[in-house]
Amino acid sequence: MSEYKLIGGYPEDMRKSIEKLEKTRDRRVGRLPKGMTLEEREEVLNLCHPDYTPGGKRKIPIGVNKGDTAPTEVVELLEANPAIDTKDIDLSNIDYETDILIIGGGLTGTAAALLANDNGVPVEKILLVNKLRHGDSNSIMAQGGTQAADSPVDSPPIHYLDAIGGGHFTNKPDVLKALVEEAPIALKWIVDLGVLFDRTEDGDFVRLPGGGTSRKRMHACKDYTGLEELRVIRDEFRNRKIPVLEFCPVVELLTDSVTDKVTGAVLWEMETGDYKIVRAKATILATGGFGRLHIRGFPTTNHYGATADGIVLAYRAGAKLKDTDTVQYHPTGAAYPQQIIGLLLTEKLRSMGAQPINKEGEAFVYPLEPRDVEASRIIKECYINDMGVTTPTGMKGIWLDTPLIDIINGPATIEKSFPGMVRMFKRFGIDMIKDPVLIFPTLHYQNGGVETDPEGRTNIKGLFVAGEASGGVHGKNRLMGNSTLDCIVFGRISGKTAASYIKGYKKKDKISFRHLEKYGKLFKDAGIKAKGRAPILLPEYRGKAVLERMIDVF
Amino acid sequence: MVKKDIMEEIAKANKSVIKGVDKKDIEHWATIYIMGKAYRVPADLTIMQAMEYAGYKFIRSCGCRAGFCGACSTIYRLKGDYKLQTAMACQTRVEDGMYLVQLPFSPAEKPIYDIDTVEYEENSFLKYFPEIARCVSCNTCTKACPQDLEVMDFIQAALRGDFKKVAELSFDCIQCGLCAIRCPAEIVQYNVAQFGRIMYGKYGFKENEFLEKRVTEIKEGKFDKEFKRLLSLSGNKIVDVYKKQQATKSKYLKKGGKK
Repeated sequence: MSEYKLIGGYPEDMRKSIEKLEKTRDRRVGRLPKGMTLEEREEVLNLCHPDYTPGGKRKIPIGVNKGDTAPTEVVELLEANPAIDTKDIDLSNIDYETDILIIGGGLTGTAAALLANDNGVPVEKILLVNKLRHGDSNSIMAQGGTQAADSPVDSPPIHYLDAIGGGHFTNKPDVLKALVEEAPIALKWIVDLGVLFDRTEDGDFVRLPGGGTSRKRMHACKDYTGLEELRVIRDEFRNRKIPVLEFCPVVELLTDSVTDKVTGAVLWEMETGDYKIVRAKATILATGGFGRLHIRGFPTTNHYGATADGIVLAYRAGAKLKDTDTVQYHPTGAAYPQQIIGLLLTEKLRSMGAQPINKEGEAFVYPLEPRDVEASRIIKECYINDMGVTTPTGMKGIWLDTPLIDIINGPATIEKSFPGMVRMFKRFGIDMIKDPVLIFPTLHYQNGGVETDPEGRTNIKGLFVAGEASGGVHGKNRLMGNSTLDCIVFGRISGKTAASYIKGYKKKDKISFRHLEKYGKLFKDAGIKAKGRAPILLPEYRGKAVLERMIDVF
Repeated sequence: MVKKDIMEEIAKANKSVIKGVDKKDIEHWATIYIMGKAYRVPADLTIMQAMEYAGYKFIRSCGCRAGFCGACSTIYRLKGDYKLQTAMACQTRVEDGMYLVQLPFSPAEKPIYDIDTVEYEENSFLKYFPEIARCVSCNTCTKACPQDLEVMDFIQAALRGDFKKVAELSFDCIQCGLCAIRCPAEIVQYNVAQFGRIMYGKYGFKENEFLEKRVTEIKEGKFDKEFKRLLSLSGNKIVDVYKKQQATKSKYLKKGGKK
């Protein structure tokens, strides 16, 4: 047990810093530091953002994106051997014959299945496969909300501008247009399925601002937005009895023996070690992101299974990636206590008035800058200005003054709007209604991914990609509330596109590992030796002591 | 070179979180019993982190690692205590003398319903979940809930056909299955709650006029022209339009600002 004395969950020196913050609180109500100009934003990004500072990246040595830069952790996976040995696999014995194979059961994959079914694909011709349980995803952890321009003072074009500015004008315009234009339609769809968004007394939606938005268009379900959205559409999925396989990750795609077309996948039964062969007319990849690669040594908000499987599989099959060089660090991950380091503290806290405060009790940044800017400014305050609070484990962090939320919005707002957060801190002895919480940026989102068009198509026939695994829609930085939106909008779109793609499709495709032969040859031509295996499927957290002494007999 | 040092410092501060805890950094220890077998683990870890430290690599019983997904349901007793307790392994710190086992799966029947035709009326709960009538109000479900929800109260509300109450009381449910596995009446509380919330969400509110109007406008192509203009702008022009829009934001974002 900890030997240092804790007062309300905090050690004494942290408590002293809290006292300073409490002294300045009254004068900070309603007074925020000025927002940064585009030039100031640029400056702090260059100084402190993990993507902009030197190191941590290198060039992709082979394949479609040869020469593009990406985080070292990602490049290592693209340079790895396949997870399977092709000679162990008998492709003549097909276990599942399906029209549409959906890989990943978060919001994206589940929505895709429903829309494929709505667009004429019978349920028995759809197969959804999951690495873990159906619903195990980053989606389920989304807290803040879903953007949709449905208020009278807002519009999809205004939403478009906010998102393209937040993305530093690098978003793919046609894909972004599809996102914002479909947003109200997607919102109506999930409301009609039964999602309970926060409402005002008169039954209208509560709409909140988010970092980088110029209107209030965030629709939240307390701080359980992703959980509520996912469990509702998953229940509909289950009511329709769409086939699903759990604990069966895809470990390799299958391609036609003559063309580059994707024609199925190899599944690996994680618990029995068996593999299964799927042949599909269309494959939708909805595998999410890469937080568990811990890029640049950052902790992450992401799900246990967020290990970049999708981009690895698609890249080997010849799919083109986009914006692989950018990573989203969420400004406010938990920095204390040790048990929850890196976990997400939603941006909605700042939307509702919580302010980042340094160790001397002073505000130093407008709370709702775009995420990359806000995160960089917090890193600067800790590591350049030396105004961060040091924790017993040696981390530095900044206070997020949460009690302000009740002061601004009235008593009991925090409890009502953030039950998940309150509960989490309470479990570790901290009352965020009375005391601030300590934050530091945390690895949150894979901005880039497999390049898609507005219909969810990729450069590879038969392969569709949507959600976090895709790249282009957010450019080099995503705004809050555009991720769950991305999942629902492009999940729907990809399901519909795949359904129309297979219409009248009679021919039975060949399945082969032709793409692996081609990929292997690229290594040879470049004079590089593949190292390790990918996809890795799960991160490794077993202690060093155990791993070093392990006898691998089983 | 100052910049590179920052990233190195950050990575160093986070090492135990991303690579697993190193034995030499530990000052405080606890002994826990995983399925009856003793392991000495760092006292500052969650049950999940401690099991990993001990050498377990999870396939089941580990999901979001942040208290949202209900994968890591855990049952434990403390030494010398008769009480059987429940927790989420990712959200609970280990305690010395904890005897624990995880629940990898909870078998449960989910009724199938068509949300477009199902009747939104008081006895709908009983139609799909007749077993709720077997509730003996023992409150074991409530005691088992790691989210501290009033589970028995929402089952009682379901019996009364009170959709709103079911939705409100069960909203934070992460469907971990601990209530259902403990219930002597064999009720699957989290499925009852899911049904109640969906019905309330679908039928409990009138159509949102703003949203309906916006959807119609989009379908009628009201924004096509503006999109065409925005998509034709390049370079500095789109930046200028963006800046202009951002300059209007204080008017719309202040509390009670323009709707």
